[in-house]
Amino acid sequence: MSLVNVTLLTVTWAAAATALVLPAGLLIAWWLSRGRFRGRVLLETLVSLPLVMPPVATGLILLLLFAPRGVIGRALAPLGIDIVFTWKAVVMAMAVMGFPLLVRTARAGFEQVDRRYEQVASTLGASPLRVFLTVTLPLALPSVAAAAVLCFARAIGEFGATMMVAGSIPGSTRTLAVAIYSFAETGRDADAAALVVVSAVIAFAALALSNYITTRAGVRA
Amino acid sequence: MITLDFTLQQGSFVLELHEQLNGGITALFGPSGSGKTTALDAIAGLRRPRVGRIAVGDHVLFDRSHGVDLPPHGRHVGYVPQDTALFPHMNVRRNVLYGRRAGQKLSLDVVVRMLEVGQLLDRRVPDLSGGERQRVALARALMSAPDLLLLDEPLAAVDVERRRRILPYLLRVRDVLGVPVIYVSHDRAEIDQLADRVVVLDEGRVVPHVRGA
Repeated sequence: MSLVNVTLLTVTWAAAATALVLPAGLLIAWWLSRGRFRGRVLLETLVSLPLVMPPVATGLILLLLFAPRGVIGRALAPLGIDIVFTWKAVVMAMAVMGFPLLVRTARAGFEQVDRRYEQVASTLGASPLRVFLTVTLPLALPSVAAAAVLCFARAIGEFGATMMVAGSIPGSTRTLAVAIYSFAETGRDADAAALVVVSAVIAFAALALSNYITTRAGVRA
Repeated sequence: MITLDFTLQQGSFVLELHEQLNGGITALFGPSGSGKTTALDAIAGLRRPRVGRIAVGDHVLFDRSHGVDLPPHGRHVGYVPQDTALFPHMNVRRNVLYGRRAGQKLSLDVVVRMLEVGQLLDRRVPDLSGGERQRVALARALMSAPDLLLLDEPLAAVDVERRRRILPYLLRVRDVLGVPVIYVSHDRAEIDQLADRVVVLDEGRVVPHVRGA
């Protein structure tokens, strides 16, 4: 499998993972920023958990849940849906690990939106969904974009959870990070080094983009 | 007929209103902290009274004993807050059209002509002056065809000269459109010039009004 191939696959999976968690992530971020509800602290903690747990442990939990005899896997198996040790498991691991960054960053953005705008929009007849889509989201867009970029960058670097739940099947589940590990382990140092450069470039570009978006928004406001 | 009959508690502050209004322009007058803005928030559905009833004509907005509490977007109450809260990410035209209701009688043309905001439609919100913002915010609220219009110190951020120029617009809202207005102010002169009726608030309670005092 070529280095280009593994890079392209990883970028595609990370983008898919980001797209997958974006709607729910934004909703939860908005909810956490606005609501005072029971179980809020619990939800906050649960969302952030993958950030501080060992990724390998998160991966094992996913494996137990989605394995053919796991709680969720058992329900999916009759439908012919196989998750573990396929590319779907890669996307899932990336999504779970990127989720906390997405929610935390987007939430900070939503918290900065002046509630007066939302209130006025609602007195103008806008439903809560319309208020969110036409007022809250556009006003928080820089943070939301930065949140998506961070989630994507985290997904690119995912290693521990991916190894547990998806393994390292070349061309099928092997990601950039996993490939670096296996190249280094098997003495293909030049290939490993090349991929290190690639991932450094991607990470740098993502962070620069995220910082650029937030700085530009700061200047405009 | 507008019924404002409610008690709202906020920490140790209690706001109590028991008023029936007949349309026209009603001024809510009182020192800061007397509960004027809180009253507007309650009517618009942004704060929930503890008990009572709020109705505009037959349209019951809030009635604790019958379990009615319409969300703000179901109340048809236009609200222009003190800082106007024009949406900064939309131009003037999109602001004005934001709340337009399908099938309403009031056309953009009429509102634009009445408030003279035609030349402003393609401008960006940050480029508007204080007086222009007030007119645009008023136009935006009117385009949602409200049954009642709430104005929170609409002239507070405007200098005396502009004030004189905006007052006629407010009178037109009453005389041309017949929309009842509740108008918050702490400026006596302004109120004497505009209001058909004055409700004086002090520390959350209505006190007798002495005209021209």
